[in-house]
Amino acid sequence: MITTATDAGLLVCHACGLLSRPAAAAHDLACARCGAGLHRRKPDSISRAWAFLIAACVLYVPANVLPVMETGSLFGSQRDTIMSGVVYLWTSGSWPLALIIFIASIMVPGAKLLSMTVLLISVQRWPAWRPHDLGKLYRIVELVGRWSMVDIYVAAILAALVQFQALATIKAGPGAVAFGAVVVLTMFAAEAFDPRLIWDPVKEERESDD
Amino acid sequence: MTDAPRDPGLSDIADAVVVRKRRRSFQIVWVIPIVAVLVGGWLAVQAILDKGPTVTITFKTAEGLEAGKTKIKYKNIDIGEVIAIGFTKDLSHVVVTAELKKGAAPHLVEDVRFWIVKPRIAGGQVSGLGTLFSGSYIEFDRGKSTTPRKDFEGLEVQPIVTGDVPGRQFVLHGPDLGSHDVGTPVLFRRIQVGRVAASDLDKDGTGVTLKIFIEAPYDRFVNPNTRFWDATGIDFTADATGIKINTESLVSILLGGIAFETPADAPATQPADEHTVFILFPDRAKAMKRPDKEVIPFSVVFMESLRGLSTGAPVEFSGLPLGEVKAIGAEYDMEGRTFRFPIEIALYPDRVAKHFKPGKRAVEQDPNLTMPRLMDQLIEHGLRAQLKTGNLLTGQMFVALDFFPDAAKAKADWTKHPPELPTTPGGFKELQHTLASFAKKLDTVPIDKIAVDLRQALQSMHKMLQSTDLMVRRLDTELAPKAKETLEESRKALQAAERTLAADAPLQQDAREALRQLGRASQSLRLLADFIERHPEALIQGKKEDGQ
Repeated sequence: MITTATDAGLLVCHACGLLSRPAAAAHDLACARCGAGLHRRKPDSISRAWAFLIAACVLYVPANVLPVMETGSLFGSQRDTIMSGVVYLWTSGSWPLALIIFIASIMVPGAKLLSMTVLLISVQRWPAWRPHDLGKLYRIVELVGRWSMVDIYVAAILAALVQFQALATIKAGPGAVAFGAVVVLTMFAAEAFDPRLIWDPVKEERESDD
Repeated sequence: MTDAPRDPGLSDIADAVVVRKRRRSFQIVWVIPIVAVLVGGWLAVQAILDKGPTVTITFKTAEGLEAGKTKIKYKNIDIGEVIAIGFTKDLSHVVVTAELKKGAAPHLVEDVRFWIVKPRIAGGQVSGLGTLFSGSYIEFDRGKSTTPRKDFEGLEVQPIVTGDVPGRQFVLHGPDLGSHDVGTPVLFRRIQVGRVAASDLDKDGTGVTLKIFIEAPYDRFVNPNTRFWDATGIDFTADATGIKINTESLVSILLGGIAFETPADAPATQPADEHTVFILFPDRAKAMKRPDKEVIPFSVVFMESLRGLSTGAPVEFSGLPLGEVKAIGAEYDMEGRTFRFPIEIALYPDRVAKHFKPGKRAVEQDPNLTMPRLMDQLIEHGLRAQLKTGNLLTGQMFVALDFFPDAAKAKADWTKHPPELPTTPGGFKELQHTLASFAKKLDTVPIDKIAVDLRQALQSMHKMLQSTDLMVRRLDTELAPKAKETLEESRKALQAAERTLAADAPLQQDAREALRQLGRASQSLRLLADFIERHPEALIQGKKEDGQ
């Protein structure tokens, strides 16, 4: 039973969706219609994903430790990390807002890093382990990727708006850069990861079962 | 183009195009985690390198301090931040842990000071107003020591003088703090040249010690002879010399102040060393008083009321200030069954000496003269101590040394300590004395004899009056009836005369007729005379007829 293009010995162009027949000996192929690179699975998917993931993990530390926003006003200056902002919001009573920031800026990036790690390890080490759950996990990771940028949006908007020199200034701190990098790198990692790798071993197992 | 396996029905699937790509043994994507690690590592290393020294500062209270927010500032630039606030073990103080910037490490030495800056209005200055909005911060002041230190005791009050202001500190000793406070201005010729930096009670509680800071370049006007005095507010004094009101500048009236000046006649010397101790005098007059080098103690004993005499009252010699009253005592005199009031006085001969012209002083004129001999001589000539009222309005008394040539002979008692000078009663006592001597003189008048004489005179006068009375009575009895008769008779005579003289009296009529006759007679006589005049011959010839 032919279920995928790969099973049929064909290649699908990722850009235009055209099915192509790969040349026998050739390694580097291009789509006959649009000229995009053709490959059976994303090349080096796992190692690329790992690279982005590791970079994101490394930057996750400064993103949470360094201040994301530096507020200077007549009454003194203040440097806030993401966590201190959450704590401030929580203690000052606006706990729904604190919850949102905590989920969007700390939990979601952390969960994403964790999910990607789980995906990669499971694809490499435990073939055909709960493929449906992993697939769902991947979809969620890809979906929420961009929404982690709430903090960066707030800092960027405030930094642009609040520039009253002596009275008050807001600057994005080094943590904001790191945090932005974490979010972007996790998005890249999710992008680099080829979800079809989850299902490839499932097929093989099924075939061997048959 | 290749003979790859073909499925029926998929024959129209296009063949992929073969392209040539350079295969890299190293995947460029791994640069990203390497960069991330480098960046993260660099940040971490920087954070560790940037981590400055951590110090602990002890304060009595953490009022206005907040961990993670309160800054540590030097010259209003952040040099650190409070990271934790805790207690000492016995809960008596708070311990503030602060992290300073890296560059601060070499400046954390023994005499570094930390204090909490709060809004403060004192000494004519308003400071720390910014902290009303921004909250308190901890100020740092650098020290001069080189011994490093990490644990500090914070100052409870802001020091007036910070390490970078040139000038010198001096120490003043005074009886009380008056209205001085930290920050009270120090004035030199009414220009503010410094401030009170600290004030503290002496350990034994007998006075206060003020630390003042005089800014450069004014600090060179302070030399060992300089006098400091309390220039606070309005100085109101009422003493034997009258009522005096003295003020310094308006600011010091409101805020108090300390003024200093070097007496004009003081020998010029080098500026005083830092931390030199001076006395804080209560007012300028006392401060500028020439220091009395020679002090001769005496005692004088008065028997009269000492009302109005106080310690410190002047002792004057012929009106010149010579000393002051040091102590007032009282003792019971067993022999006289009365009270005596011994008063200790101190004489400062220098005060009078300055009024002498050179070569005119007693000691200069007679080198052998000693003080006891001189005093003995003076007392022989009537030198006595006397209580006098200096000011009628306030009733203040002072001790006057004056000459009373008429005073009873007396001698100084050199055996006592201090030697006792003879006194003479003064004031009202003197008046009483005068009255008494007047009464004595009155006593000598022979009033008895005068009385006897007077009585005799009165007696003879009485006799004389009696005889007069007798005489009058005789007149009454003997003379009066006769006089009555005489009067009666004379009345009758007058009545008769009246009758005679009345207009219709016969005498009158007769007299009138007689007079008329006389008139006519005289007329005839006149005619005769005329005729004879014209006809003198008629006398001889007789009257001729008209026809002639």
